[in-house]
Amino acid sequence: MELSVPDREFMYSGHVACPGCGAAIAMRFVLKALGEKIIMVIPACCWSIIAGPYPMSTLRVPVLHTALETGGSVASGIKAAIEVRGDHETTVVTWAGDGGTFDIGFQALSGAVERNEDFIYICYDNEAYMNTGIQRSSSTPYGAWTTTTPGQDWKKMRKKNIVEALVAHRIRYAATANIAFPEDLINKVKKAKNMKGSRFIHIFSTCPTGWRVPSEMSIKIARMAVQTNIFPLYEVENGVEYTINYRPKGYLVKEYFKLQGRFSHLTEEDLDQIQEMVEEDWKLLLRKAGVFSGS
Amino acid sequence: MKTVMEGSHAVAEAVKLARVQVISAYPITPQTHIVERLSEYCADGSLDAKFLRVESEHSAMAALIGASSTGVRTFTATSSQGLALMHELLHWASGARLPIVMAEVNRAMAPGWNIWTDQTDSLSQRDTGWIQIYCEDGQEALDRTLQAFRLAESVNLPAMVILDAFFLSHTYEPVDIPDQAKVDEFLPPYEPKFLLDPGNPCAFNQLAPPDVYMEMRFSIQTAMQSAIGVLEEIQNDFSEIFERSYGSIEPVECDDADIILVTSGTVTSTCKEVIEKLRSAGEKVGLLKISLFRPFPGEAVRKVLSRTRKVAVVDRNCSFGSGGIFAQEIRSALCNVPDHPLVYGYVAGLGGRDITPELLEDIYWQTKNTDFPELDSFWMGIREVKDGIICSGS
Repeated sequence: MELSVPDREFMYSGHVACPGCGAAIAMRFVLKALGEKIIMVIPACCWSIIAGPYPMSTLRVPVLHTALETGGSVASGIKAAIEVRGDHETTVVTWAGDGGTFDIGFQALSGAVERNEDFIYICYDNEAYMNTGIQRSSSTPYGAWTTTTPGQDWKKMRKKNIVEALVAHRIRYAATANIAFPEDLINKVKKAKNMKGSRFIHIFSTCPTGWRVPSEMSIKIARMAVQTNIFPLYEVENGVEYTINYRPKGYLVKEYFKLQGRFSHLTEEDLDQIQEMVEEDWKLLLRKAGVFSGS
Repeated sequence: MKTVMEGSHAVAEAVKLARVQVISAYPITPQTHIVERLSEYCADGSLDAKFLRVESEHSAMAALIGASSTGVRTFTATSSQGLALMHELLHWASGARLPIVMAEVNRAMAPGWNIWTDQTDSLSQRDTGWIQIYCEDGQEALDRTLQAFRLAESVNLPAMVILDAFFLSHTYEPVDIPDQAKVDEFLPPYEPKFLLDPGNPCAFNQLAPPDVYMEMRFSIQTAMQSAIGVLEEIQNDFSEIFERSYGSIEPVECDDADIILVTSGTVTSTCKEVIEKLRSAGEKVGLLKISLFRPFPGEAVRKVLSRTRKVAVVDRNCSFGSGGIFAQEIRSALCNVPDHPLVYGYVAGLGGRDITPELLEDIYWQTKNTDFPELDSFWMGIREVKDGIICSGS
């Protein structure tokens, strides 16, 4: 079988990500899918560092590094400007972390999506402020240790459901993707590229450093997040048409949790409770997909 | 031919004449008339620009940072809280060397809520690397806006054109609207020196370690200082084409003056009448209007003020714990001049309180009759406070 992953590379061979970094893997696949006719906006995140210091750059595409909360707004301005200049081909892509997307950048993202700005917003989600040293974000999952949720103060709130928040905006296209499923990821990015209006792709990206896992486990853990239904792969068009891309194999969430140092304090009871929460979320997603697909 | 119009609309006319390409804005009183008029121009096609109606001032500035980095001419307008919300990105715009132009309608900072004029909002942004030009009337607001685009694009720094709330933004005055052809001659299309381009991929605003950051900052300082001379050249072109001229400063009756009042914004017009009256009573008084605040035209200021005995600076703003901000700048410009004049600072007219001719006369007499300024700033017209309540009446 021929792989659908394009050969061409848009990342140079050097970068300064940690070993096993999911965000570096995600960027490589996304650029392969997008090709060269793009302008990329990177609000403050791990990638502000990974891309390299002046005068070097890891990326073969034009990049505008910008302030943490401006992923939606700066991209809106770039799109307006290229239109004015008569360029109707270049795709504007924002590449942001979960902090810049779920938290501080949410207002600008919501505004851009409400205006249906013609751009792709990609959030690589490593479930905490990793660049500043593993502080909790609203994307940090229930049960996780971070440096600001230490000891008995481990996070006791659910992860914000960013895709559903954007679906509520009736966004043109929203999808989840995962570094362990590169073909699905690339297909979704290509699909998004051929659409107009606001498009959002949420990529699950392992952070070995912050999750307290060995770097060689990066892909395995990402895969298990899908297999356990913790991070289902699905797409939503126009805020209503749900498609679930992967049917689970019945793995229990504790298999995923037990591999990661950030969850090592959790008891069997906690894990049972999390299992229930994950099942509840999955049923909710099935209901949405079922209702809206008409089946 | 002159048309009677609001200061806000004079700015909007200039933005249209400048053929701005991307506008992004968020509503805030008293700036709104500018962007409402521009929205109409975009809607009726008389201005061929993209107008982004964003969800905050922060996003308004961010969108322009994106647009300007892509090589187009950009504009926004704001006031007070809106400007404060932009603060982070004001630094970003200058650090990224983007010639964004903004109209800033001076409005007091809350609390308490106050929509009236006060310069503390714009002066709080003095260290952000933005050129700041303060306007006296509607004509100046229009002309300075045109000049701001050319200056900003010449030195690759953003520029703020500043208007007093209501006294200028909402006051109708006769304004000469220049011909489009003349404006096109004065202000050719923007030619970006660098831009985001998939054909020539570059990274902008990236990580800058200590071994390069300082040189980047030095280049901003150099560009800012060069703006004084560049503005002079632009003024020469401007006066040739439009037959009107402005300086960074404007001295009135300063040559033989023993006391010089220093003003900015609309107070200047009031003060010109006061000077005339005092002169006719035999007082040797002059007036120095400061238009350009950043970069601060220290040399020009020294030339005018060094010869006088006393300087009285009227500040419609305050840096708490220090005093009026124009007074600070004047003191610092004069401190190395041997036998420099005494500098008296007066804080007046905060939150839109009237600065009347009588108050300006009081400032003159207090300066004349006091041998030495005992305070960094005298607060003019402060009412009595009893049990925490400000008493009405004078």
